[in-house]
Amino acid sequence: MAERIAGGTWVEIHRVVLHPGERAPQIPDDTKAVPLEMRVKGFLVEPTTLGEEATIITPAGRRVCGTVIEKNPAYTHGFGAPVPELSGIGQEVRAILRKRGPKAPLLTKERSGEV
Amino acid sequence: MIEGSYATIIAERPEIMRASVGIDYEKYMTGVSAFDYERLLADTGYDIDTTRAVQSATAVGNTPLVELHNITALVRSIAQPGKGARIFVKDEAANPSGSFKDRRASLSVHAATKRGYAGVVAATSGNYGAAVASQAAKAGLRCIVVQEAFDSYGIAQPEIEEKTRACEAYGAEVIRLSVGPELFYVFLSVLKETGYFNASLYTPYSIVGIETLGHEIALQAQQQTGRLPDVVIATHAGGGNVTGTARGLRKAGATDTTVIAASVDLSGLHMASDHDFNRKSFTTGHTGFSMPFTTWPDRADVPRNAARPLRYMDRFVTVTQGEVFYITQVLAELEGLERGSAGNTSLAAAFAIAQELDDNRVVVVQETEYTGAGKHPIAQLNLAKLLGIEVWRGDPRDNKPGQRIVIPEHPSQIAVVDIDLDRVRRLYLRHAIESLPGGAALKDIDIEFLAAETRTSRGYVQESIDELRGKTG
Repeated sequence: MAERIAGGTWVEIHRVVLHPGERAPQIPDDTKAVPLEMRVKGFLVEPTTLGEEATIITPAGRRVCGTVIEKNPAYTHGFGAPVPELSGIGQEVRAILRKRGPKAPLLTKERSGEV
Repeated sequence: MIEGSYATIIAERPEIMRASVGIDYEKYMTGVSAFDYERLLADTGYDIDTTRAVQSATAVGNTPLVELHNITALVRSIAQPGKGARIFVKDEAANPSGSFKDRRASLSVHAATKRGYAGVVAATSGNYGAAVASQAAKAGLRCIVVQEAFDSYGIAQPEIEEKTRACEAYGAEVIRLSVGPELFYVFLSVLKETGYFNASLYTPYSIVGIETLGHEIALQAQQQTGRLPDVVIATHAGGGNVTGTARGLRKAGATDTTVIAASVDLSGLHMASDHDFNRKSFTTGHTGFSMPFTTWPDRADVPRNAARPLRYMDRFVTVTQGEVFYITQVLAELEGLERGSAGNTSLAAAFAIAQELDDNRVVVVQETEYTGAGKHPIAQLNLAKLLGIEVWRGDPRDNKPGQRIVIPEHPSQIAVVDIDLDRVRRLYLRHAIESLPGGAALKDIDIEFLAAETRTSRGYVQESIDELRGKTG
């Protein structure tokens, strides 16, 4: 059974704004084949459960309704693993500056041991 | 709620615009195509001093101009003897919300407050959303940001996800949409429903707000180097950055400074494609915006765009995705400045252009932006790999947007590609002709306007138009 969500909870709702047949004529076919979807976050007006239609009050004070898709939605963006194609760049350019010798500013002796 | 069908709302566009921007654009029309651009900007009532006062009230502007000694040394290690201009960067990441967009947002929110609007709405997936939200928070206005944020698989572009978070951190409502230009329909619906101010990127306020950036660059360069900048390079997308910066430079007397617009080359990717949406690795500063907006600025979300970059650019160059990621890493590791990659587009261009110039010349990269989760090259490259885009070290000329990102193996591989401005001007004129109301003939004042728009002569405009009409007629 879906979890009950209390009124006042911060949730995200979803709704379809335009169905595939309603999309603007000038857009590419791949975009035309899918709906224009909308997601908005706000505070739930009445208690509900995930997947139900509900109304929220947004931070700007608007009342918007749609299907509740997430309770207290997380921010999931981050960095991920270091990218090897970037990892060597610093050492490479410092090596170029070292070769250039005393003309190069701010080149410390401490770094001269690097590859 | 969205009330009214797509067709109904789009038909109501003129009234919604008039009410939400508070500017009667009609009164500036001087011909069928021509309008009084300078008066439109002057009527905002904000000159450099007033703008500066408004901006300093919220700690916007007065950012440092930082000399990049080590990057300049790296340029000189590969340039011909005597070549390799000094490179400086205007550290706009020092603004309250982390980018130069605070300058644009500050005047928009100030104007909205003065005119009695209860809130502001902005259609933007980039730094501008956070800037408007930040300014609105300070001013006590409600704020709604409408973003194109995720594809049909529900995958959010990580940089935009970070913007969502930032806007919400400032207390704004964020409407996140899937891919498509019908965002404009939602935007109009929200303006109609709320009666809020349209804090468009393209109003006169938004452009005048950037003039202080160009102005500060001229004064700081003079103070720090004893000369006005020889070259200023601006990352170019919608055109506001180039326009406002160049206007500010001129107002500070830097009339001989060469203004160069730089964009990431995203040719081959369609801006309204659901498939291509997450394969760009850049959300702004790219040709997907800069080409259409340079060749026809009035495609914007206001009747007449106050960003008119073709009037101001001396040169328009592109760099590749891989080159920008490379220089972003170099900036962090040689200068201790970890900044966002979109802003570093002009730094990649500066690295190549400084090699063309004598070593006593001064090149200014006119912005940085903050970086972090989602915005960082690591996040973008990890998403690219996940979507099957190849990432490797090699010759950046092999870079192919949406298919391969090639990170240079050596700084000497960084180069710019010049866009033929003559071709851009002719494209602009073609759009100008195509957009004329049915049967309307260009008057003298229109020809003059189009010459100013393209920085050419009446003869050039007339000749190009005759040629275009010959081809189509």
